[in-house]
Amino acid sequence: MVRELTCIICPMGCGISVTSENGKITGISGNTCPRGEAYAREECTNPVRTVTTTVLSTDGRPVPVKTEHPIPKSKVLDCMKQLDSVRVKLPVKIGDCICEDVFGSRIISSANCG
Amino acid sequence: MAAEGIAYYDAAVIGAGVAGAMTARELSRYDLKICILEKENDVAMGASRANSAIVHAGFDAKEGTLKAKLNVKGSEMMSRVAQELGVKYKNNGSLVIAFDEKERSMIEKLLIRGNNNGVRGLRIVEREELRRIEPNISEKAICALYAPTGAIICPYELTAAAVGNAMDNGAELLRNFEVTGIEKKDDVFEISSGSKKISARIVINAAGLYADKIAAMVGDTSFSIHPRRGEYILLDKECGAAAVHTVFRTPTEKGKGILVTPTVDGNLLTGPTSVDMTDKEDKSTTDDGLARVKRETSESIPSIPFAKTITSFCGLRAVGSTGDFIITSPVRGFINAAGIESPGLSASPAIAEFIRNMLLEQGFSLKLRKDYNPVRPPMHGFACADTEEKNRIIKENPAFGRIVCRCERVTEGEILEAIRRNPGARDVDGVKRRTRSGMGRCQGGFCSPRIMEILADELKLPFEAVTKSGGASLMCVGKTKEGR
Amino acid sequence: MELVIIGGGPAGMSAAVAAYESGVRDMMIIERDEALGGILRQCIHNGFGLHRFGEELTGPEYAWKYEKQVKELGIPFKLNTTVLDITPDKTITAVNPEDGVFTIKAKAVILAMGCRERPRGALNIAGTRPAGIYSAGTAQKLVNMKGFMPGRSVVILGSGDIGLIMARRMTLEGAEVKAVCELMPYSGGLARNIEQCLNDFKIPLRLSHTVVRVFGKERLTGVSVARVDENRRPVPGTEEYIPCDTLLLSVGLIPENELSKSAGIALSGVTGGPEVNQDRQTTVPGIFACGNVLHVHDLVDFVSEEAETAGKKAAEYIIGIRKKNADVTLKTDGRIRYTVPQRITEKSDVNVYFRVGDVFRGACINVYSGGRLIASRKKARVAPGEMEVIKIKKELIPDSGELYFELEAKK
Repeated sequence: MVRELTCIICPMGCGISVTSENGKITGISGNTCPRGEAYAREECTNPVRTVTTTVLSTDGRPVPVKTEHPIPKSKVLDCMKQLDSVRVKLPVKIGDCICEDVFGSRIISSANCG
Repeated sequence: MAAEGIAYYDAAVIGAGVAGAMTARELSRYDLKICILEKENDVAMGASRANSAIVHAGFDAKEGTLKAKLNVKGSEMMSRVAQELGVKYKNNGSLVIAFDEKERSMIEKLLIRGNNNGVRGLRIVEREELRRIEPNISEKAICALYAPTGAIICPYELTAAAVGNAMDNGAELLRNFEVTGIEKKDDVFEISSGSKKISARIVINAAGLYADKIAAMVGDTSFSIHPRRGEYILLDKECGAAAVHTVFRTPTEKGKGILVTPTVDGNLLTGPTSVDMTDKEDKSTTDDGLARVKRETSESIPSIPFAKTITSFCGLRAVGSTGDFIITSPVRGFINAAGIESPGLSASPAIAEFIRNMLLEQGFSLKLRKDYNPVRPPMHGFACADTEEKNRIIKENPAFGRIVCRCERVTEGEILEAIRRNPGARDVDGVKRRTRSGMGRCQGGFCSPRIMEILADELKLPFEAVTKSGGASLMCVGKTKEGR
Repeated sequence: MELVIIGGGPAGMSAAVAAYESGVRDMMIIERDEALGGILRQCIHNGFGLHRFGEELTGPEYAWKYEKQVKELGIPFKLNTTVLDITPDKTITAVNPEDGVFTIKAKAVILAMGCRERPRGALNIAGTRPAGIYSAGTAQKLVNMKGFMPGRSVVILGSGDIGLIMARRMTLEGAEVKAVCELMPYSGGLARNIEQCLNDFKIPLRLSHTVVRVFGKERLTGVSVARVDENRRPVPGTEEYIPCDTLLLSVGLIPENELSKSAGIALSGVTGGPEVNQDRQTTVPGIFACGNVLHVHDLVDFVSEEAETAGKKAAEYIIGIRKKNADVTLKTDGRIRYTVPQRITEKSDVNVYFRVGDVFRGACINVYSGGRLIASRKKARVAPGEMEVIKIKKELIPDSGELYFELEAKK
């Protein structure tokens, strides 16, 4: 089986073909760097995404945040749901921890607010 | 006298379009308690916000009609009225261009008609002079009727200023008051809008497209009103100089023909189409209409850069079934100002006077108020001030030093003024019409979130309750994190 | 004052830091917003900085890298300050609540005002004018900076990157994005954004489609979309009604050059930005331009790089360095829409940036000087959404005449 992917690691957006047999990857082509190969492998076995969004501060202002590491792609919308009820106290600085563990990643602030 | 618990007014003006606004202002000179009833969230929401923004010289309407009489008179009054109300007005003159001998004979007829109507200074200009005074005109134009008294004005600015001046002189504006019934009780009219009710001795029906419906409420079914669609394309200020005069095509049976004109704010306006409709609410533009505007105006001035379009819009003109303005009084104290299609804007100051005279004739005693002030300081005062004056104002109120709309250079101070000052803006479009914020190149892309915030703060509304133009036109549907 | 930088976004900050590092001290950044950072403040998604910093940053994180430097170096900046006018002799008039209207006479000026989005009006879409029609960037500001949802069921017109990013953002916040329509037969955005913003959420991308009509009296109730032919004209009979409460437009960015015009700077009809030489100096000596005010970039990393050039060269200009040993005009074949710079006036290695007008595969970019091929670069695929670069070595730059940029390719 051949699966065509668009690499999302960098703005080049390489088209990558992943060949597999019985669920085992037998070939990866089209990538122009090793990160592309790693991405393709992961995308076919355990796809992950970095989530960037906002949480609200206690006074209702949006605070930009992100998952510190990519989380399973299938959990992105669940992650959003969990963050709906979060309220952070301002000020926050870039890198401040907002939540300890959301699907295996910390949620950290991605902007200085307040 | 009025029933208990119902607010009583000496005069109620139904409709805050330009005719209603100017009439309310005229009546506010007298010792009358006045209200203006407007079904929308703001003034100038009908034809008064979407028309050619022209003060016609008065050569179009047939001799002897009210249109002819009031146009010429109104046009003569307009520069003074504009000055009193602090409204931008420019006497740029107009041209009706002819492309062949048949059209030449048409404009010659217009010349005679104009002279009969009392329009001053009309004359035919030949090709060479035409090219000199209107440099971008089509080479195919052979001559033109030149009307030096033609002018341009901003119709919604004029309307808001007239309502504002009336309010400053004591009139009240009741918004979202859609008249659903009128009942005559002795010499007083009880006017209801659903469960809301007011009463008044004098009623002016300036309800635009719905003037027939309002007249029918007092039993007058002598006329009907139908909408005539006019589509326009507005171009960037960069293009305002493409036309010097208001340039009309030779008129046909369907109206004055499509025009190209600079606006008082320096944009270029092209249009309108002219299509009779049945739906009084359908203000949508059409592909065909916009294509026609482009095609026909390009015949007049071939160099119009439509790539620099700011926006396109559609106005519905209230066309009366008699062909003339319908300014009548079916019942004592009730006066129709109906069918005020073009040249209604031009005629509006004269319409107001005409109505006042009708009231005098009906025996209403109108006593001049001692404290009447005809002057309303301009909305664009800050923009026109010199640096020294600007700095004085900014020192007094730093909000004038904060530019919110970068394209049109509108300051927070001006936006606050538009909200606070009579008749205060209540929605994003209302701020836009008063200040020009969001009317520039980015069409509010940058400034609208901030304007929404200012509106919310000033009107003590939640941010998500701010509307584009009242009613259900919400700008946002709720907060993030809540809609899942 | 020696140097005034207009705009405190990524271009302005980066130019300021570079100018400082080149020795300029008497300088100031003028920013109209309440904070430094420019449009990056609302671009909370990641994908910035891979070239520059080798890590994937969000917009605010990327901006902070520069803001921190500006603050640490003590480069003065004025916030909430709008420049009203620049004259050809570099007198700048600006206004803010504290100082009122004031003027600064500058030795050199760097323009870094960014760009604006093309609004609906420019498209002349027929129909009504209800609430619920926003440019993608305005929606981004409402969602990310104000915390409000412009709508819950969305059609997006235009597949530029902001449109794609907003498709994902609105979806994450619980809205339903029904379709992204693109007039062209290809997307204007980056391939990775199609993948992670649309495909991840199964949002259909409808190429060669446009919105032909807008419905709804008060609030948008739906749009009619139609397929377009090869001339980008809607094909009658292909109209399809899509109910929605929001239409987001991502139909192009326009460099904001009102001030450049007042300064008498020559603008390029193609980029909408100033015509510049390799130093990013405009046709008015001492006025430089960088970032999206010069030409619309796809990546902020290139903005920073360009701004550094402008900052450094402005510093040289201020101390009186005037190198001019060439006078070369850069011309393109039309397939390549434009180059930046448009002129080369000094024989140094020059990175020439350009964009193409269509999607080409198996492309080869050739640069000719007097009929002689002096540089060439192969690329498997080029697309209008992506900025390309080719390096011209200093020894190959002629004294005068033209460099001609040509694209050889299959369409």
